[in-house]
Amino acid sequence: MRVTVLVRPKQGILDPQGEAVEGSLRKLGFSVGGARVGRLVDLDIEARTPDEAKTQAERMCRELLANPLIESFEIEVEEE
Amino acid sequence: MSLRPRIAVLVFPGSNDDRDAAWALGALGADAQLVWHAETGLPRETGAVVLPGGFSYGDYLRCGAIARFAPVLDAVRAFADDGGPVLGICNGFQILCEAGLLPGALRRNRDLEFVCRDVRIAVERTDTVFTARCEPGQELTIPVKHGEGSWYADEQLYGELEAAGQLVLRYAEDCNGSVGDVAGVCNERRNVFGLMPHPEHAVDPLLGSGDGALLLAALVEAARERTLAPA
Repeated sequence: MRVTVLVRPKQGILDPQGEAVEGSLRKLGFSVGGARVGRLVDLDIEARTPDEAKTQAERMCRELLANPLIESFEIEVEEE
Repeated sequence: MSLRPRIAVLVFPGSNDDRDAAWALGALGADAQLVWHAETGLPRETGAVVLPGGFSYGDYLRCGAIARFAPVLDAVRAFADDGGPVLGICNGFQILCEAGLLPGALRRNRDLEFVCRDVRIAVERTDTVFTARCEPGQELTIPVKHGEGSWYADEQLYGELEAAGQLVLRYAEDCNGSVGDVAGVCNERRNVFGLMPHPEHAVDPLLGSGDGALLLAALVEAARERTLAPA
């Protein structure tokens, strides 16, 4: 099952990378705000149901893919 | 038994201050031995462990996140659980945080800049084996060189660490945006310590400062005491 994990800097945590990207976009003339830069991990997970895949991905996030002190995560399971 | 206490300096793929650390510890009287990350044990009579600076595993995912799975880390964890002194410098500090041996996390520097210069650091706590040779409030000049050294703890964790006296070193000048200007923290038991500055690059006044020797010589002393202690 195809699973996408999105890892973001936690809300309220300073994201200097996002700020720099936002500043650069503004210099290009775009009117943007609130830029945050995170990470995307695509995975193939062997699971019988989307719920099972999601549960596995959640464990992966807690144990490795995200640092819970500073990052939040979101999991999307592609239904086949 | 050797009079020079043995200190294991771990080497990960991407470590680059391992030899500097071993050289500095050797100059301060230790028998420093480089230990490859794939080893499953530490050398016999190891009295202290140093996780050096560098970019272990290419800093993939997050700095230090992959190194915690190195086989040698299990031996380090057991050594720390047994009360052995463990020092993490820069990337070594990041690894210890990711491994859960030290509290907090290290983030991208606030100004996105790779900071590479001498900084002044204030010694907040002298009740660790690592800072035992310093005076309370003493200012040390030690270089930093990192892009992801901004230490973070949320308000609650920060309060707990401060109350427990685990915030050992603070920058005495603006450096990287660390919460509370924290430059180094220890664990609750005070035998595991990590810092972003590089004491191994400050052991000879010829190179600008000898202040790092205060920390490393204390580690050598702690290693000696542990080696001499009856098993």
